Amino acid sequence: MALRNPGWYRGALGFFLGAAFGFGLVLALRAVSGLDLFQTEDTGYPHIVVPMITAPFGFLIGFGAFDYWFRWAAGKPTVPEDHSDHGATRWQDYFKFNTDHKVIGIQYMVLTFAFFLIGGLLAMLIRAELAQPGSQVVGANTFNGLFSTHATVMIFLFIIPMFAGIANYVVPLMLGAPDMAFPRLNALSFWLLPIAGIIFLGSFLAPGGAFDAGWTGYAPLSGGAPLGQTFFNVGVQFAGASSIAAALNFLVTIITMRAPGMNLWRMPLMAWAQLATSLLVVGATPFVAGAQFMTFFDRILGMNFFNFLEGGDVISYQHIFWFYSHPAVYIMMLPGFGIISEVISVHARKAVFGYRLMALALIGIVVLSYSVWAHHMFVSGMFSWLRVPIMISTMLIAVPTGIKVFSWLGTLFYGKIQTQSTAMLFALAFIVTFTVGGISGVITAMIPLDIHVSETYFIVAHIHFVLFGGSVFTIFAGLYHWFPKVTGRMYDERLGRVHLWLTVVGTWLTFVPMHWIGMDGMPRRVVDYASQYGDWNLVISISAFMLGAAQLVFVYNMIVSWRFGPKAGSNPWRGKSIEWLVSSPPPVYNFTAIPRVVGGPYEYGTPGARHAIMAEDEEGATVPTPEPSKVTAS
Amino acid sequence: MTRLPIFKLVLATLVLGALQSVVLLQVNWFGDAAATATGPIDTLMDVTIVVSSFVFALVCVFLGYAVYKWRVKPGDEGDGLPIHGNTKLEVWWTLIPVLIVVGLAGYSWAVLVDIEKKDADRINVDVYSQQFEWTFGYPDSGGKSSEGELHVPVNRQIDFKFHAQDVIHSFWVPEWRIKKDNVPGITTDAVITPDREGTFQLICTELCGIGHTTMRAKVVVESEEKYNQWVAGLKEKVSPFLLTADQAFEAQRKAEEREKGIEGSGVEETGSGDHSD
Repeated sequence: MALRNPGWYRGALGFFLGAAFGFGLVLALRAVSGLDLFQTEDTGYPHIVVPMITAPFGFLIGFGAFDYWFRWAAGKPTVPEDHSDHGATRWQDYFKFNTDHKVIGIQYMVLTFAFFLIGGLLAMLIRAELAQPGSQVVGANTFNGLFSTHATVMIFLFIIPMFAGIANYVVPLMLGAPDMAFPRLNALSFWLLPIAGIIFLGSFLAPGGAFDAGWTGYAPLSGGAPLGQTFFNVGVQFAGASSIAAALNFLVTIITMRAPGMNLWRMPLMAWAQLATSLLVVGATPFVAGAQFMTFFDRILGMNFFNFLEGGDVISYQHIFWFYSHPAVYIMMLPGFGIISEVISVHARKAVFGYRLMALALIGIVVLSYSVWAHHMFVSGMFSWLRVPIMISTMLIAVPTGIKVFSWLGTLFYGKIQTQSTAMLFALAFIVTFTVGGISGVITAMIPLDIHVSETYFIVAHIHFVLFGGSVFTIFAGLYHWFPKVTGRMYDERLGRVHLWLTVVGTWLTFVPMHWIGMDGMPRRVVDYASQYGDWNLVISISAFMLGAAQLVFVYNMIVSWRFGPKAGSNPWRGKSIEWLVSSPPPVYNFTAIPRVVGGPYEYGTPGARHAIMAEDEEGATVPTPEPSKVTAS
Repeated sequence: MTRLPIFKLVLATLVLGALQSVVLLQVNWFGDAAATATGPIDTLMDVTIVVSSFVFALVCVFLGYAVYKWRVKPGDEGDGLPIHGNTKLEVWWTLIPVLIVVGLAGYSWAVLVDIEKKDADRINVDVYSQQFEWTFGYPDSGGKSSEGELHVPVNRQIDFKFHAQDVIHSFWVPEWRIKKDNVPGITTDAVITPDREGTFQLICTELCGIGHTTMRAKVVVESEEKYNQWVAGLKEKVSPFLLTADQAFEAQRKAEEREKGIEGSGVEETGSGDHSD
């Protein structure tokens, strides 16, 4: 019976049962309390809000996310080694509750890339409206919804989970682990994401339109906003829970499941970066969940956390929100730093320069990033004494970031730089573009300058240089770099270069002029602007359309190469870390036996040096003893 | 290992950095200036642009040189040199950036103190913001008020007090370089000394709802006589609605008391009788 086995049918049934339960509960409680059955004034709508929470849980239960845990909790016999939901042999297996980290990694990457295209489409609409002064495409209400959902989709459904997806695929392989520590939790983390996506995008159907208080959702504006804002409050909980569960999984995997011989100082920087990111996610994400719960309670239950008329404190919302959302910037950047270290080292055929300092810099950023949240609030009216300490810690965070940039440059020196590789070109483009974002970051940290530029297009320019020129470039570098590993096929480098150049030029042409118009006086989040900015906005819009179109080249390249590309072999880049020592794609359980790690991950140029020895090699017993690495003169 | 042409690379960095600085300093980044704070702020910006130019040039030159010099030749399957790091170099590129950012932070701090200094003969202006309009009160002139149009005298420091009625708004006149959020429930403030007569635009920069884009007001900076005449000619007083609905004053007073309360009694008054709802 299809309805008794976990899967889409039972999931759909669970969805309807969950929705009916929530709906009935609200109506019953309201009837018992003698209230009108339906409350549709103001921000209420409990008969929509409660099912919005119960229906996804019904779906997840029906889909099979909790079957094993329920059986175990009920004392029924469980099969610890039941791998029936592990691995994929057909494309349908990717639409199931699957516990294989490689399947989950692909699920993450494909789904989040779809969200990237949706978020990009929203951006195209925004730029169409802003191409000329006056009203072009949408009205003010829709426009506010567009930029709010654009940012939310890109942050919560693309950048953060895309990194989780890439890491999901490669980090266990790099560690020599057969899977993540908690495969079922891993699958649950993934399936929370489409739910968050449907809720965020579903808000467009809500009466009053999509949430439109910005992705920052500042109180009290968000407190009184129409129903759509509740979709944001709830969607963030699902995306946040996904993120936290994935981070816990990474922490346990990285700390306990490294192959024998892999001490912390033999761990690839990709794994270091994921460790650092996970520390941030676990510590900070609960704060955004809290901020949204408090707004939610203010809106639905009439609480007064941020209601100034009843003694609520408006500014405390910003403190709680940014205590997550500044570290979130590093959650969106540190995994990219890890990717860049791998890509540059492999494609320059050289050890990462200053490996230990690189790892320590990641940890330094984690520690510092908890002390800089209030630099988003220099003009907010918060206590003025906090500004200068926050300015200093914010500017100091440029130091570990600078260390990383200098070390990547150092890695290039005396290497063999493979400039034909699209992955490498994206890494190089990232270094230059991200440096600009870093510099404008220092400018916005300096209070007297920030007072002028905050809430202007300068900020829009800065975050896009950091998140597009930074995070998205690293994502592309990573996707190109591990594409042969994931699919077993090579992508087309020529199309890759077309994509690269259109993207790089598009990024610079789109976001550089925003610095100028912002400083000159154009505020952000406006649907219309003074006519003197018309010309620059037209340039920006045309460049943005080019940037958007360039991504279609990538989509074409990936799809066609996945199907028809030449076979890649297990190690097309001649990498040293463990993921390159297994077949492409790797076998279902990754390794026939756990590999043994005997050296650092980047032993390029040292004859005979190896990072890991695979079980298959051990049987031959002709493994050369690795020499200690040393600098040889030439 | 071939010796690096360090001298040439540094020279190239300096030349490129200088060239970039010169080009970038030609751009009038901040637009027109019309207040005393703009001098120190714009200078700070120029200094930052010069420093940044050299940092960016450094990255470009070293990256460009590496790619030019060590790009792989077709068919070369070899590895780079097994260099794993250089502690001395790593210490330097940690310490020098620390010095640069601490220097810039100290300079910024000095500018901040400078632009927030209060004059003894400043005049007070209240700014009341609500969705989606600005109202201004002139308490020094008997509580007169104007809607949608702010007049201030030139060369006198204005002590603005900001009050928001509903959601957060933000006060920004780009030519003055000063921005401050208007936060419901508290009173925020900023001092500005306009030093050029003219008409400017006041822009709301904090997303405040559907009419955010259109929430602008006219700002007129004029001679003190003209200003006095204009204020004297105002008929309206600040509406009691703005004053009483705004419990901000009360909350602000309490907040200030708390701030001072470290040495004070810490006992809070209850019920000022003003708002009996």
